[in-house]
Amino acid sequence: MPRRSRLHTPKPHSRPGEKPDFSYLETSPAGAAPRPDVNARVRDIGNLATELVRVLDDEHRAVGPWHPHLDAPDLQIGLKHMLLTRVFDDRMQRTQRQGKITFYMRSLGEEAVSVAQAMALRPGDMLFPSYRNQGLYMVRGRPLVDLMCQLLSNTRDMCKGRQLPVMYHWAAGRIFSISGNLATQFPQAVGWAMAAAIKGEDDIAVSWLGEGSSAEADFHHAMLFASVYQAPVILNVVNNQWAISTFQGFAGGEQRSFAARGPGYGMAGIRVDGNDFLAVYAVTQWAAERARRGAGPTLIEHVTYRGAAHSTSDDPSRYRPKDDYEKWPLGDPVDRLKNHLIALGEWSEEKHAALTAELDAQVAAAWKEAVTHGTLGEGPRLDPGTMFEDIFKEVPARLVRQREQMRAEQG
Amino acid sequence: MIQALNSAMDIMMMRDPSVVVLGEDIGYFGGVFRVTDGLQRKYGEHRVLDTPIAEGAIVAAAIGMGVNGLRPVAEVQFADYIYPACDQIFSELARLRYRTAGEFWAPVTIRTPCGGGIRGGQTHSQSPEAIFTHVCGIKVVMPSNPYDAKGLLIAAIEDDDPVVFFEPKRVYNGPFDGNPNKAAVSWSEHAKGEVPDGYYTIPIGQADIVRAGSQVTIVTYGTMVYVCQAAAESLGLDAEIIDVRSMVPLDLDTITASVNKTGRCVIAHEATLFSGFGAELSASIQEACFWKLEAPIQRVAGWDTPYPHAFEWEYFPGQARVAAALKTVMESR
Repeated sequence: MPRRSRLHTPKPHSRPGEKPDFSYLETSPAGAAPRPDVNARVRDIGNLATELVRVLDDEHRAVGPWHPHLDAPDLQIGLKHMLLTRVFDDRMQRTQRQGKITFYMRSLGEEAVSVAQAMALRPGDMLFPSYRNQGLYMVRGRPLVDLMCQLLSNTRDMCKGRQLPVMYHWAAGRIFSISGNLATQFPQAVGWAMAAAIKGEDDIAVSWLGEGSSAEADFHHAMLFASVYQAPVILNVVNNQWAISTFQGFAGGEQRSFAARGPGYGMAGIRVDGNDFLAVYAVTQWAAERARRGAGPTLIEHVTYRGAAHSTSDDPSRYRPKDDYEKWPLGDPVDRLKNHLIALGEWSEEKHAALTAELDAQVAAAWKEAVTHGTLGEGPRLDPGTMFEDIFKEVPARLVRQREQMRAEQG
Repeated sequence: MIQALNSAMDIMMMRDPSVVVLGEDIGYFGGVFRVTDGLQRKYGEHRVLDTPIAEGAIVAAAIGMGVNGLRPVAEVQFADYIYPACDQIFSELARLRYRTAGEFWAPVTIRTPCGGGIRGGQTHSQSPEAIFTHVCGIKVVMPSNPYDAKGLLIAAIEDDDPVVFFEPKRVYNGPFDGNPNKAAVSWSEHAKGEVPDGYYTIPIGQADIVRAGSQVTIVTYGTMVYVCQAAAESLGLDAEIIDVRSMVPLDLDTITASVNKTGRCVIAHEATLFSGFGAELSASIQEACFWKLEAPIQRVAGWDTPYPHAFEWEYFPGQARVAAALKTVMESR
C-alpha cells in the first residue's frame, strides 16, 4: 500500500520510436461471450460490459451465440459499403492534400462500426452521428456527389457553406446534423427517443461519440436521461484508443471499460470488437430490439483503432508509433470481413480488387461532377447573402439591413 | 402572473398535443414557483415531465424532442442555473436551423425566473438576459405583467424559433415600485393583472408604451417598469415609459420614435451595467436619435457586482437611482 497520496498521469503503452504494445487490451475469444435474452435485467448481464463480444475467429469463421447468420449477399453489401467508405476517405484525403478542400477526417479502421450498425437498424431509426461515421451515409445511400459538395462548400452544399467539411446532415435519410462541438448530439438523441416513446412510435434513436468525448458532461447527461426514462436509444462509444493525441486512459478507460458505465447508470452495457462486422451487427440488432420492445437503452463500446490521423490537421507520428495500426490485435475490419467471405467461398481476391477499382471509378466520377458545382476557390459560388438566412425562420429587418450593407461593401 | 403563465401552458397543451413541459420539480409538485401547478394532473406524466437536476440535459432533451416533432417548454428553475445549459443553447439550439440550412430546427421555449428582490442572494437573483441577446438565433423575451406574460408565452410556444423567456420573479405576485418596506400590491389591483381566460397572443418583437409622455423617454423592462413609473411620478415628470418586452427581436422603431419626440432618454434594467442590454439600447438610440438628443443618454442598472444577500436594497436600482438619472437627463442642456 502506498503511504502517501499520489497523482497518476495515464500514459500510453508506446510512444514514437517504440514498439507498439497492446498488452493492456483485454480480449475474449470469439464466441465466448454469452448472448442474453433482449429483455434481460441489467443486473444479470453485467459481464457483457467487461468481456469482448466477438464472432469472427482467427480462422475467419463465424462462431458462438452472437453469430447473426447473415446471408452472403448481405455480407457482400456490408463489405462494399465499408470499402466504399475507405475509398471515398482516401480520395478526399488526397483532395485535401491537393488544396481542393480545407479539411477532412478519415474513418480508417472504424468502418465496421457505422456500416454494420446502419445495416442492423431500420430506415426509420434516427441517427445522431459524430464526425467519423461517414459509413452511415454510404449505407443509407446519400449520393456521393452530395457529400462532396458539402466538403467543397459549393453551390450545392447542403449546409450552404456554413459548416466545416464532414459536418453533413440529411433530414430525409434520418441522419442528424454534426455539430462540431463534441458529444452534444448524445443527449439530443435521448430527447429524440423520449419523444418517439411519448408519441408511441417504435423508431429508435442511435448516437455515436468517441471515447475521448465521453468525458464531456453531455455524455453523462445522455446516460442519465436514457436510464431514468428508459428511452429507446442506443448510445455508442467508439473507443478508437485516441482523442487526437491523448490515449483512452485520459478519458477514464484505464481503470474500467467504457461499456461498464452502462450498468453504472443502470442500463445494459456491451463491449464489442468494433472491427468485427458480424459482432457489431449482432449487438446492434440485440440493442435495437431491446429498445424497440421498451426494455431500455444500451451503451455499446466498440473497441477499435483510429488507423489514420485525427484529421488532416493532425500528425500522429508525433505521439504514437508509426506502425501501431498494423499491430492492432483486432485487425482491420475490411480485411476480416473479406477473409470471412473468402472462407465461406463467397468472395475472392480478384473480386475484391475488381470491386475496389469499380468503387474508385465511382468516387472519381462523383468528384468530377461535384466540382462542376464549384469549389472554394473556383467556379460557381453561392450568393454570400445566404449567410443571413436561417438564423431565424424569417430574416429579421436587422439582418436585411446588414445584408444590404454587406452587398454595398462588396460593390 | 403565475396563473397567467400557467394558463398559457394549459391552453397550448390543450390546443396542441405536441406541446410538452419538462423541468426540475415541475410535474407532480407543480414547480417551486407553482407556475406548472396542476398541469401533470391534467395532461399526464408523459407530457409534463419531472427531470433530474441537469439543466444541460433538459435543454438537450428538449432539442431532440423538438427535432422529433414535439414543441417543448423547458423550465430552468432559476436563471442563475441556466449556465450548464448554455452550450446546448448557444451552440446547438440557436444554430441548428442555420447549420443545416433549414433542414433541422427545434421549436423550444426555455422559461426561467430571473431577477432579485426576493432575498435570493447571488445565486437566485441574476438577470443574465444580455448574454442571450448576444447569441444569433434565439429570441429573448421578458414580460413585466400578467397580461403580457400570457400573451407572450403563447406566442413563444407557437414560435418555430427558440425563445428564452425570462420571468422577473419579483413581479410574479404583483407590481413592485422598488420600495421593499411598502405593503405588497397584488396584480388583482392592477389593470395589467386582468388576464382573459382564453387564447390570445402578443407578438414577440413589439415594445409597449406603458405610459405616453412628452418630457423624457424611459426605456426599461421586467421589474424595473414599475420602479421607473414610480420614480418619474415622484419627480412630477411627464415621462414616456416603454416596456421593451422583447429584446430579440427589438422594436427599435417604437423606442427611437419616442426619443426623437422627447429628446431625452433614460435606460433602466436590473442587470449589471457593464455590457448590459442597456449598452445595446444606448448605442442604437444614439445612432438613430443623436441630432434630437438634448442630453446624454443615462443608464440605470445594478452595480457591477454579484447580487449580495445582505445588501439587496443597496444593490437594487430602486427609485432613488432612477430619479437621479432622470434629474441628470432633465438638467442637462
